[in-house]
Amino acid sequence: MSTTLSPRPLPGSLQTNRFLNQWLSIHAEGYVTMRPGKVEIGQGILTALRQIVAEELDLDLEKIRVQTAVTALSPNEGVTSGSLSIQDSGSAFRQVAAEVRELLLSKAAAHLSESVEQLSVKNGLIRSRSGASVSYWALTDEQLLNQEATGQASPKSAEEHVVVGTAAMRMDIPAKVTGVASYVQDMSMPGMVHGRICRPPSYEAELKSVNLEPVRVMPGVISVHRDGRFLGVVAEREEQAIRAQLALTRAAQWSEVPTLPPFNPRYLLKAKAQSECISQKGQVLFSPESSVHEAEYSRQFLAHASLAPSCAIALFEKDRYTVWTHSQGIYPLRREMAVVLGVEEDQVLVHHVEGAGCYGHNGADDVALEAALLARTLPGRAVRLQWMREEEFAWEPFSSAMVAKTRATLSAQGMITHWQMDVWSHGHSSRPGRSEGSNLLASWYLEKPFKRAQTSNPPLPGGGSHRNAIPIYEFANQQINNHLVPDPPIRSSALRGLGSQTNVFAIECFMDELALQAHCDPVSFRLRHVKDERARAVIEAVALMASWQSLQPSDGVTGRGVGFARYKNGAGYMAMIAEVQLAETLQVKNIWAAVDVGQIINSDGLKNQIEGGIIQSVSFVLKEEVKYDAMRITQANWEDYPVLNFTEIPQVQIQLINRPHLPALGAGEGTQGPVAAAIANALFHLSGTRLRDMPLTRERIMAAMA
Amino acid sequence: MGRVKNKITITVNGSAHEVQAEDETPLLYVLRNELNCVGVRYGCGVGQCGACTVIVDGKALQSCDLSVVAVAGKTITTIEGIGSLENPHPLQQAFIDEQAAQCGYCATGIILTAKVFLEDHPHPSQDEIKQALSGHICRCGTHQRIVRAVEQAAQKMRLTP
Repeated sequence: MSTTLSPRPLPGSLQTNRFLNQWLSIHAEGYVTMRPGKVEIGQGILTALRQIVAEELDLDLEKIRVQTAVTALSPNEGVTSGSLSIQDSGSAFRQVAAEVRELLLSKAAAHLSESVEQLSVKNGLIRSRSGASVSYWALTDEQLLNQEATGQASPKSAEEHVVVGTAAMRMDIPAKVTGVASYVQDMSMPGMVHGRICRPPSYEAELKSVNLEPVRVMPGVISVHRDGRFLGVVAEREEQAIRAQLALTRAAQWSEVPTLPPFNPRYLLKAKAQSECISQKGQVLFSPESSVHEAEYSRQFLAHASLAPSCAIALFEKDRYTVWTHSQGIYPLRREMAVVLGVEEDQVLVHHVEGAGCYGHNGADDVALEAALLARTLPGRAVRLQWMREEEFAWEPFSSAMVAKTRATLSAQGMITHWQMDVWSHGHSSRPGRSEGSNLLASWYLEKPFKRAQTSNPPLPGGGSHRNAIPIYEFANQQINNHLVPDPPIRSSALRGLGSQTNVFAIECFMDELALQAHCDPVSFRLRHVKDERARAVIEAVALMASWQSLQPSDGVTGRGVGFARYKNGAGYMAMIAEVQLAETLQVKNIWAAVDVGQIINSDGLKNQIEGGIIQSVSFVLKEEVKYDAMRITQANWEDYPVLNFTEIPQVQIQLINRPHLPALGAGEGTQGPVAAAIANALFHLSGTRLRDMPLTRERIMAAMA
Repeated sequence: MGRVKNKITITVNGSAHEVQAEDETPLLYVLRNELNCVGVRYGCGVGQCGACTVIVDGKALQSCDLSVVAVAGKTITTIEGIGSLENPHPLQQAFIDEQAAQCGYCATGIILTAKVFLEDHPHPSQDEIKQALSGHICRCGTHQRIVRAVEQAAQKMRLTP
């Protein structure tokens, strides 16, 4: 009798990339190559993954080289997003390296005529107790790793770790601070030429006329390309391409219609939505009742606003495309590019090369297709295309505006008895390769346009607009409803934390509002409603760090507030206390953070990510909103979209709670919600003014206080 | 009939260079594409972010809104001119020691501004450093480490001037 056996479950991305040699190679020359499918986006992931491999293989870090992701070689690990790389890739590498070590040890045992138990390893040299030795490099052969992982080998226990958990230095920083070419923007190749795109003035603008001829004869111009509403230039030199881009933009006549929503997220409440109850416990809260407390919170659209405008290089040669890109997902990008270019996937080779920090889905994928569309017109010549700053600010997909309404009742004892939250938002992902149609910008503007793929949500438990909408507090009765508004009038996709920033802001501000009603200290009020020991531990730790004083009124100069969440309800625990002052604007002076992300792989890398997440979140909360009118995105530069300046940064102090026996969880995104709530709660503590609409700008504060 | 090209010479990291680009070309593109000084980085093109900062006759300036003709005959130092992987400048070493980068795209411009600043302010306070760097954008939120790195470099540079 034959049965179909489902494959043995393997950790992380090893489940779908099961061969050892997809991940590691051992070279007779004396080094190991590791091939992560996840990519470096400034989060230090390659350094952390290297530590995991070094640990399991008993190698010095210097013996391990990293092959950055490329479609021909690397395991397909999807997209580097969602704070999942340590979970997906780290767990895979840990298992692979443990298995490879076992294979090498058993081969060494045969070679040395010893039992495996008699062997130990130091930096790739295997020694027996009798003193005989052989190195990994002498034992390796091409076939050794050409086998599926078995899942049988046991990685080291936390007690044995000597590399994991340490603050290993980032491998990429020396090059970056000395000006060595580090980014796709810095690449150059023989005969390379420069492309630029001429954009419509607004999403739905129609091209009435354009005279390409005067641009064709401009100095250095090699080609001017039109395909429908997609207009591009290629020139010998970068500045010539920019001049031609400007001339082409002036030459193009467009007709426009107003298609953008009102400059207030509440338009979402009136839009047609796909509504879904995502959590239901006990009784539904009925209204209206005098005892029901209600509030409504919102946030405007946010931009990724990468410091480096998106860039790619493409080469078209012998019916094949080679693309160098800072995309977060080389395989999904390849799939979607092949569709738009009308070729098979194996005719597109995608190399990842770092860009600047992106914090989610920005223009990286779009510019890769655009470079390829221009390269197609010039076979054999590499085309480098970089967006200008104003293109990045107008055309990247933004993070959706959101509205959250909360309702709750309190018992006489000051416990929350009923809780309801409703969330309105567009979808938080329109990454390439995920649904019908195309999500690459230029494809919608071609003579034969591609259908725009849906902007949707990753499913729960991670979720998108509903990420962190379900509180982890324990309420006997609760109902959470998600209202997904399809077809965003403003292009939307994933930004650090997705919907969690707004949802945690709403939950954690509302917790403070209810604590006030219950005459209870906000920290104690949270502890009253949460049993999870790890949640309690971070809340208690941050209160201790900041010398939190229960129910202490503000001194009129500074205010303090707390915010807490467990990211995605299954990843890292983060509790924050913010200290603010009011001058001309709201100023965040201090942030204390207590963080538990399970086992720590690189303590300094983790702190760097948390600090960065906190400071970026302060920027989101105090300053950031995408500017638009009825017709156009109206922001072109950093004056239109200001972000936090060096003189405005808070002092950030972080306490890490290491859980070496628990799984390592992602860290990069969990800060965004707790920081937002802590700041708004601190403003209330200071001024008695409750601001529920982000950003917390001077104008909003003045209006609320008036 | 193209524009008449004047011969412009600039001195970059100690070497004279005859510019190929047209006069009005931003210095940024000449440095990156003619001289392979790719540590000078494009961020905004309008002098708002600091990623393209270079030192021109002792002043930290943004090379994206400076035409090459405006710096004819002047002495320019880029990040490549102050240190290398093998022999980093104390500021570069301090950025490594403090792990003062996430994506690192802003770092090279900041280091050059800090270098000019420290020449006049050997004992800077944290607030003075923040003020000096206020023309630079760091989007990753690495500010705190960057300020620490500049402080650390100041100390080292005082000891070994």
